[in-house]
Formats: sequence, C-alpha cells, structure tokens
Amino acid sequence: MSKKTSTTAEKKADDSVKSADHGRAPVNARLSNDEKIELYRKMVRIRRFEERSLRAYQGKKIGGFLHLYIGQEAVAVACCSLMGKDDHIITAYRDHGHAMAVGMDTKALMAELYGKATGCSKGKGGSMHYFAPDKNYWGGHGIVGGQIPLGAGLAYGIKYKGLLGAAMAFMGDGAVNQGAVHESYNLAALWKLPVVFVIENNGYSMGTSQARSSSGDLARRAEGYHMDWGQCEGHDVYEVRATMDKFLRAARENSTPSIVEIRTYRYRGHSVADPDNTYRSKDEIEEYRRTKDPIQVFQTILVAEGVLNDAIIAEIDQAARAEADIAADFAEASPYPTAEDIQKDVYWETDNPSERKSQGRLFFE
Amino acid sequence: MPVFSYREAIRHALAEELERDQNVVVMGEEVAQFNGAYKVTEGLLAKFGPQRIVDTPISEAGFIGVGVGASMLGIRPVMELMFWSFYSVAFDQILNNAANVRYMSGGLINCPIVIRGPANGGTNVGATHSHTPENVLANHPGVKVVVPSTPADAKGLLKSAIRDNDPVFFLENTILYGDKGEIPEGEHIVPLGKADVKRVGTDLTIVTYGRSVHHSLRAAELLEKEHDVSVEIVDLRTIRPLDIDTVLASVAKTHRVLIVEEQKPFASVGSQLAFMIQKEAFDELDAPINRLATIDAPAIYSPPVEVEQLPNPQRVLKAALETLA
Repeated sequence: MSKKTSTTAEKKADDSVKSADHGRAPVNARLSNDEKIELYRKMVRIRRFEERSLRAYQGKKIGGFLHLYIGQEAVAVACCSLMGKDDHIITAYRDHGHAMAVGMDTKALMAELYGKATGCSKGKGGSMHYFAPDKNYWGGHGIVGGQIPLGAGLAYGIKYKGLLGAAMAFMGDGAVNQGAVHESYNLAALWKLPVVFVIENNGYSMGTSQARSSSGDLARRAEGYHMDWGQCEGHDVYEVRATMDKFLRAARENSTPSIVEIRTYRYRGHSVADPDNTYRSKDEIEEYRRTKDPIQVFQTILVAEGVLNDAIIAEIDQAARAEADIAADFAEASPYPTAEDIQKDVYWETDNPSERKSQGRLFFE
Repeated sequence: MPVFSYREAIRHALAEELERDQNVVVMGEEVAQFNGAYKVTEGLLAKFGPQRIVDTPISEAGFIGVGVGASMLGIRPVMELMFWSFYSVAFDQILNNAANVRYMSGGLINCPIVIRGPANGGTNVGATHSHTPENVLANHPGVKVVVPSTPADAKGLLKSAIRDNDPVFFLENTILYGDKGEIPEGEHIVPLGKADVKRVGTDLTIVTYGRSVHHSLRAAELLEKEHDVSVEIVDLRTIRPLDIDTVLASVAKTHRVLIVEEQKPFASVGSQLAFMIQKEAFDELDAPINRLATIDAPAIYSPPVEVEQLPNPQRVLKAALETLA
C-alpha cells in the first residue's frame, strides 16, 4: 500500500505507515468516540441513501443521470469533517456524498432526484446539481472540470474578505486533462489562493482507465506550477483526514494552494446507465470491496478501538436504511413543480420584484 | 454639461462604483499595470491598488471562472475581456456556470458578475477578433446583455450593471472609445432595459443599438435632406431585458420598420425583434419588416471591404428607401 502524504515532491513514499499510525495523527487522535461514530454513521447513511436512490431509479422514479458515489464515501466524509466555518467546497456531478457530508437533509436530496418541488433545488437541478450555500457547499456541477475555476474563485473570495478559510475544489481523475483545470492551477499558484484541489481518483473517467487517459502522476502536475501536492489512499477515513488536514492548514494559515490525489474506487458504473462491463472486471470490483471497502475498513478499526460494537453497528445500519426509506417516501409524496415554476429562479430581479431596478421584458416566447 | 469620451465614461463608472462598494473588483488582462489595452482602466491601479485592480494572465476560462466563483461569495467582479471575441474560450464559465447557477440551485445562489469589453467589427482584425455575440449571450435566460452607443449611456448603464444582482454582459465598441458626448453631472444612472429614442420622426422607425445607432443617425440626416423622409431612431441600449414597448410605440406611429444591427443575420437580435413586432403590432405595419445586418460571412480583413460588410450610412440609407418603397 503506497502512502504518500508529503507536502513536498522530494519525499519518498513511506510504505510502512499503517492505518493505526494515521489514527494517531493529531487530527484523528483528538476525535471523541462520538465523533468517530458520527464519521462512520455518515458513510453508512450515504451508502444506504444511494442504494435506495438506485432502487428508485430502477423503478423509473428518477430521470436523467445518477452517478453513484458508492465505494468513495470515506473521501467526502473525511474531507468535509475538517471544514470550519470559513471553509467552502465545490465538486462535480458525483455529488451526493459531499452533500450529505456537509449535512444536507436527505429528504430534500431524494426529492431533488425525483424532480419534486421539495427538492433542494426545487426540482430544477437534479442529481448533478445539489447546492447548499448555507453549508458552504457550492455544488454539484455537470461539466467535467468546469467547477474548478469556481473553486479557485471561492478561494479568491475567502482571501479578498480576509477570512482564514480554505476552499476544497473536488474533481475526478477524468477532469485533470481539462484546460480550465490547468488555468485554475496556474491562477491559484500565481495569486496564492487558499485552495486545495482534490482529485478523487477512482481509476476511470467514465469507461477510460487512468492509463488510457492521463500521462504521468495526476497530482505531480502541481510541480509545474510550483504548488505543493500529495497523495493518499481514499478508503481509510483516518488517512484522508491526516493528509487533508495538513494541506487545509497550509491553505488557511499561509494561503498555500495544493493538489491532493486521493485514490479511491467506485463500485457502480460511471452512471447507472453505464453497463460497466467493457472496461473492468467483476473480480477487480470484488477485490476492492473485499479488501478496501471504506465502511468495512473503518468499522474494523473502530471495533478494534472499542468504539463500535455489534449493537451500535446494527443500530446505525437500521437507522440509515430507515432514513433512506423516509426520504424516498417524502420524495414520492411531494408535488412536482408546476409549469409556472419553470420561469422562477432564473433572475434574482424577477424573484425579488419589489427590488427590481431594470425595466423591459426578461422572458420571451 | 461636461463632455467626456466613451472611454472616460466607462472609466468614471468603474471608479465611482469602486469607490462606492468595497466588494467591486476590476479584473482582466492588462487592466492594471498596463493601464488597460484600450486605456479604459487607466489610472485605476494608482487610485485603488492591486487588490482591487487585478491583472490576469491570458487565461479567460480560468479568470472568468474565478470571477463567477468569487461572485457567489458576494464579491462583485467586473471582468474585462480584451475582446468579447475571446468569450469562446470561456464559454462554459460564462454560459454554463454564470448563466445557470441560480436556476440549478433553485434560486439559492446569485452571481453578480459583470463581464465587459469591446464586441465589434470594423477594425480590420479579421474574423477571430470581430465577433458580436449579443445574440448568443441573450439566448441564455439568466443573463442580461447591454450594448451602449454613447458616452452617457455607457456610464449610466455600466453603473446599473455593477449594482445588478444577475450576471450582466456589457458589450462596448473599440471604434466608439474616442467618441465624445455630454454626460450629466453627479450620479448618472441609466436603468437596464430602457430604450432611448435617439431621433424623433414620423415616417420610418429604425430599431438599432451600439455603433449602428450612429450609422442610422447619419443615414437619417441624409434621408431628411435628400428624400424628405422623417426617421425615428430607437436605440435599444439593452438587449435583455428588452424594452419592446418603446419599439412598438414607435411602430404604431410610423408603421414601417427597419432593423439595423452589426450582427450576422441568421438567428440575430433582429430576428427576435422582427418576430415580436409582427406578433404584437401586425396591424400597424404598412410594409414588411426590413433588416440591415452584417453581410453573412466571417469578418473580412480587407479594410475598405470590411466597411461594406458592416452596416454603414449608405447601406442604411439604401435599406431605408427599400422599406419605404
């Protein structure tokens, strides 16, 4: 297992670091038992929510795309658990895990998938476009890499306002070859923006493996921009927290940008529509699930630590399943937006008519 | 009334808004140390410092996206595109992100960004640098599009744009930067979405905007002198929102319409106008709606021929006489 968490390119990977060592990292050592259980619970809740959403999709309750995060839960949960009040995040279209990790309500999330008016975006965004500005969560973006300049912009805003916060701009391994991503790297380094670019490397950009799409180490490209970088394994909550804590501190305290590649894996296809049988084997999926499932790995650690036991594990699982069912029931029972709602939320001005200053027609037939 | 150039008018609007609101930031290529590629931002760095007046690398997708992201946090960035033609390399940031983020978030986010710069032909820089994308931009619900023709309008409209909570795309014209005009003293605001009758007349309505307003005014003088025709000129000033009421009121008076636009004709701003006029004022029309646009080809380089490709007073005159025939 390669464990590269250095902030400088020169340091060699330290293969000897074990999960227990990451557990002793200060950011993890200070976690209370309740906080550890909460991290575990969040991962389980995300998985059960997405499994429930998959059933709804198969039952034709959900349209469009559904990009599931199953297998990657430790990444969003660990990263978002480090957020302070002035930290902000933005991500791509595989966004359910991040949304739950920042604390969005699953009823509103499921209702959004169902296209209902009670959805977090009133049924106007769908699976790829979850937002919660009140939780410093800026989406949920559909175009590969298109959100990364916005993430740099969040960091710009944080710095301009003089806040000691950081932005985390998440992308998949397929995004790293987009021009807008490289432009953002350059601007972040040039302007010393407090941003951590997080590459969630699940090995495949849709059906194209990393080897077939990207030349060189993904995070090492930071060196070209004189940025710090790191890599870590994404199945271990402790390891992700220990790694990200360093880079986030550097961003907050010294306005130092960085790129962190977190190696992870998705069990499902790129989206639910992906037949997932042309580019990888079932054995590969099973092997990861058997040895590195992030929920199982953390469960084993927490049982060994005496934090979890069978009763708590069962309670958490049951509660997560119940929550997902409640969310689905809520979504099912909710109304769709109306035809009149189509032209709402387009302009700030038309949604705030008493404060409108412009004149003339804003909508056309 | 004091007289200023179009360039100075924009600079004054920027300076006044920078003064008024600490969240306003000017950002773009060569805007600070170089004093602006067209000297629009001259002196702003000295007055407001590098935190407010920010030079960017040649990286439109990157820095426009940074502006969009910062605007979500309440910064009010005024981004300069050296040419609006470069919008194509930042298309995703402008028209997927800025235009859509409010809608896709169910109204939770707004994006108070202004993107400004010149969008015109007529300077012999070839097809890549001569785009007039107001129709493309205005095709995206969620955005506002402004094309000012005079110094006073440029100042008053830019101040409105910077205070607006929706993304506003402000299309200037390099050929107009040196034009001078009177600007009212003190706080001068022109609301978005309000057309201006630049010339009153009775026989023909010319609906136009941007530099074509000046060609139309020149043609109107010739029409009056040589053909005894009285032309009314409606300057739209803002493409979206659109003041169609002022257009329709003029049509009800003259019963004949010529649209003049520095646009390629297919699916242009004029196409939309013609649809709306026939739909809402069919009974007022004594002749088919006519249109004079840029000749339908990529912008030609050859200097004397480019003049003929674009609207110009003689082409407007000819089209007006056709409309009156």
